[in-house]
Amino acid sequence: MAVVFEKTKMLTDTPFHYCPGCTHGIIHRLVAECVEELGMQNQCVGVAPVGCAVFAYNYFNCDMMEAAHGRAPAVATGCKRVHPENLVFTYQGDGDLASIGCAEITHAATRGEKITAVFINNAIYGMTGGQMAPTSLPGQVTTTSPYGRDVNSAGYPIRMSEMLATLNGPAYIARVSVHDVPHIIQAKKAIKKAFEYQLAGKGFSMVEVLSTCPTNWGMTPQDALKWLVDNMIPYYPLGVMKDIGTEKEGE
Amino acid sequence: MGKKMLMKGNEAIAEAAIQAGCHYFFGYPITPQSQVPEYMSKRLPQVGGTFLQAESEVAAINMIYGAAGSGARSMTSSSSPGVSLKQEGISYIACAELPCLIVNMVRSGPGLGGIQPSQGDYFQATRGGGHGDYYMPVLAPASVQEAVELTQLALDLADMYRTPAMLLGDGLIGQMMEPVEMPDYKPYKKLPEKTWAATGWDGKRERAIINSLIIEPDRLEKHLHHLDEKWNRIRAEECRWQEEMTEDAEIVIAAYGTTARVCRSAMRMARAEGIKVGLLRPITLWPFPYDALSRLADTADKFLTVEMSLGQMVEDVRLAVNGKKPVEFYGRFGGVVPTVREVLNKIKAMKEGK
Ligand SMILES: Cc1ncc(C[n+]2csc(CCOP(=O)(O)OP(=O)(O)O)c2C)c(N)n1
Ligand code: SF4
Repeated sequence: MAVVFEKTKMLTDTPFHYCPGCTHGIIHRLVAECVEELGMQNQCVGVAPVGCAVFAYNYFNCDMMEAAHGRAPAVATGCKRVHPENLVFTYQGDGDLASIGCAEITHAATRGEKITAVFINNAIYGMTGGQMAPTSLPGQVTTTSPYGRDVNSAGYPIRMSEMLATLNGPAYIARVSVHDVPHIIQAKKAIKKAFEYQLAGKGFSMVEVLSTCPTNWGMTPQDALKWLVDNMIPYYPLGVMKDIGTEKEGE
Repeated sequence: MGKKMLMKGNEAIAEAAIQAGCHYFFGYPITPQSQVPEYMSKRLPQVGGTFLQAESEVAAINMIYGAAGSGARSMTSSSSPGVSLKQEGISYIACAELPCLIVNMVRSGPGLGGIQPSQGDYFQATRGGGHGDYYMPVLAPASVQEAVELTQLALDLADMYRTPAMLLGDGLIGQMMEPVEMPDYKPYKKLPEKTWAATGWDGKRERAIINSLIIEPDRLEKHLHHLDEKWNRIRAEECRWQEEMTEDAEIVIAAYGTTARVCRSAMRMARAEGIKVGLLRPITLWPFPYDALSRLADTADKFLTVEMSLGQMVEDVRLAVNGKKPVEFYGRFGGVVPTVREVLNKIKAMKEGK
């Protein structure tokens, strides 16, 4: 019988620990498939964050490093500078990348560090139990914004992709979503392109993936997908924020 | 041995590290160690190495985590406030067992403090410094020549034991110019291969996972037993100190780094006046030479610890002497260096039983 679907060899057989309906698992698979399709499984080092994806090193079937909270881009920098031939990626949540690790991601980006950041924006701190994230939406209720995020006191959610796209160092920055099959296919294309740019030595690349946290949003997986579409996409528009491949000479 | 050159301590440390094959440097400017990154930025490209000025000390130590985890000899350097920022990273590095060198050219604190020499980071350096149960070898040079040798030794110890190692200089060491001979580097013992490094996985070895997260208490306790066994081996095999004129000494001075040089001069003057003074200079601050001091507690009458701090190493001296003999302390701090005359006066006062 012909094999119709085979799990990528870039994922181990360890079952994911993610909550039912959490989109972390989908994104893991996309990243893993892209690495495999590029034939880089033997030359790949991933850097896991502190957050729900902290155990990513158990899932990605390549050499892995587990970084301190927010420091994955610095760790990946050290890693890439020693082995420039390797495909090096970070996998980071919004608390990790956009709050505590804001300096590390910004400077890795502006240096044009030849690494790829896969940035999971779920508008909340998943692992620690649903506190406000730098990306939580205005009015969003979390365990540390019980009256809803008050922008007068807590400020506004940060749009990392737009912010980093103003820098010269990044080669490719895109925001994608995984709420339905067409978007999952687009997300995979973006991740693959980000990896290809890294391998071509073009510079820093990042793919921001809008993701759900049904557990801490207090919703069913289905409702969570709908909430993402209705609330997150309007504030975090999907699209390519930067692509030096399409920029004109001298721009 | 190469030829003798006149070198500033900071530059000699940098060159010694390069000679020992440490070709990855990540750091952030801070007085009084900025000559280390400056020198590295000039020299490393010449040897095909990597110099990177990080956005902060936090980033720098995490770049070290990445580079060391990739199997490269790597180092960072800083001074007190910057080393405080590195502590989280050093704790992760200790748990993940990554070899690297951290240089701390200590300035006076606390807070932003001052930029003049100090020995106020002794506690931080010798008690791990970051969170959790760990230690690391801490080497304290007293001359530029010794700084060269200890830099290379620290890199070797780091590789041999898979541990971060620290070179602790008291500001002065980094700034002073002295003649040095760059040794032809060879590791002091056979260094193990870094089969654990994350270099890209070909399926022929175990998958490398550079990690400090061990969530199950049983497994973490087991890992800590393993680390403890390693610290004990270092304690047993790598403790270094120097004794001068301690055999017949009534008063034994304990001092490290440049303070030990001041004390050595005071000791000679005291001897000239007929007071039998000896000097014990710890070279490794961790592991600390408890046994050597403990032995001297049987022969000497009194101990004097001199430091550029309010008194930190003196606690270890007291632990070693263990109440057998009185231990006194003389310190200058805030960036003030004790003079030979001051130490001599203290010795005389002790001799007279004041
Ligand atoms: C220095 C430090 N501060 C705080 C924490 C606690 N902490 C663990 S995960 C986390 C937030 C994770 O949120 P995010 O990055 O959005 O990832 P998610 O769990 O949502 O995937 C925090 C604050 C920590 N581990 N280390
Ligand atoms: S807490 Fe949220 S982000 Fe974390 S695994 Fe569960 S659903 Fe996913």
